Amino acid sequence: MFFNRIKGKGSLTLLCLGAIISGSVFAASGPSKEDAKKFLRPSEIPQPANNKMTPARIDLGKKLFFDPRLSSSNFISCATCHNPALGWSDALKTATGHGMRTLGRSTPTILNTAYQRFQFWDGRERSLEKQALGPIIAGGEMAQNLDELLVELKAIPGYVKLFEKAYPGEGIKGDTIAKAIASFERTVVSSEAPFDKWLMGNNKAMSKSAVRGFELFKTKANCVACHDGFNFSDNGFHNIGLKGNTDGGRYEIKPIAVLKGAFKTPTLRDVAMTAPYMHNGEYATLEEVIDHYNAGGSKVEGLSPNMKPLNLSKKEKTDLIAFLKSLTGKQTLVSVPHLPVVN
Amino acid sequence: MSKHYSSKALLLLAGVCLGGTAIAAEHTVQQQNKTFVQNGAAIEKISVKVGDVINFKNEDPFFHNIFSLSPLKTFDLGSYPAGQSKSVTFDKAGMAEVECAIHPQMFLEVEVK
Repeated sequence: MFFNRIKGKGSLTLLCLGAIISGSVFAASGPSKEDAKKFLRPSEIPQPANNKMTPARIDLGKKLFFDPRLSSSNFISCATCHNPALGWSDALKTATGHGMRTLGRSTPTILNTAYQRFQFWDGRERSLEKQALGPIIAGGEMAQNLDELLVELKAIPGYVKLFEKAYPGEGIKGDTIAKAIASFERTVVSSEAPFDKWLMGNNKAMSKSAVRGFELFKTKANCVACHDGFNFSDNGFHNIGLKGNTDGGRYEIKPIAVLKGAFKTPTLRDVAMTAPYMHNGEYATLEEVIDHYNAGGSKVEGLSPNMKPLNLSKKEKTDLIAFLKSLTGKQTLVSVPHLPVVN
Repeated sequence: MSKHYSSKALLLLAGVCLGGTAIAAEHTVQQQNKTFVQNGAAIEKISVKVGDVINFKNEDPFFHNIFSLSPLKTFDLGSYPAGQSKSVTFDKAGMAEVECAIHPQMFLEVEVK
């Protein structure tokens, strides 16, 4: 009777009903096989053959990471900027370095750096081992003289033992400091988020709004053009049209026209924890970020051809944000290590 | 007079065609899933002869920007979308490293013999 009634009203009504039914079925159903294949978290953490993770290396690396004596002021540790209480970042627009100097770029989270093919906003280093020493010796950041640091660490018996245990016979040197910190950083990986539970078949793990947001993410909003894969990064470099940006970014490493003002695609894992956003911390909220992309960015030189106005409705923006928030997992408690002292 | 020119032009054209087929070959390297692909297989190295052309075809649903800063052959093909391709002639012997500027994990070593 019901179907007879709507049949009488023409095929358009049927079409609409079909769309509504399929929409609601979709929202209640799980991901496609392709989604699961593309976005499921890997079970293993990649690690280089010459620096396999061991408990001794991770323990040493964690101590070094939290030790302010690695800086020339003995006041700034890696964790000062990469603060686990703030999503392994600092909640500042741009970082604060040696002598309270304000730096030009925001502090990227170290979450999932194990999976990144390039480190730093401009990708100037490929491995965590090469990245780890950079901020320690950079004049604007921890401003440490490496030779002086080695003398300081060698004078601390606890560190001598820890280095020997982690890297027998190799001694305390820049290479072993970097390898230990890299080993610890590789343990900082995202925990299971509502999106992961949904991918694994728990249809109730994400709200219908978040599921719709995921569809938008892959289609109309085309976020996947850059934020692709389980870590939501293509390991690529793009100019997203930030108005007034004068930072050359990747172009300073590779002088190719398309790289002017281009920066590495950051992970979106735990993204709700890592405000403010963009390489210069321009946006304080995810809403501002979505508005930026909805406008297609500012028409700046080198703007990525992937950037186009999206014409998202208010509801679609809300759905996208619901999806982005579903990428934040339960925050694991991080213990602060006791550090070896001179006596 | 016009007959004379026509036959000369024909000869020249034949010469160019014959010369082209004898010397230069064209290789197609696709960009698929952010990798360089040839004949369906991912590649990180390709060997070509002096004068050969490599046709870089984007088959991903987003832009690529193929370039090389190698002294052997410096070029920047710019950004181009799915379905488009751009060609480079490798006219000297040696090695060139080709990358995508946008996705730098894409790396291709070109050996020109």
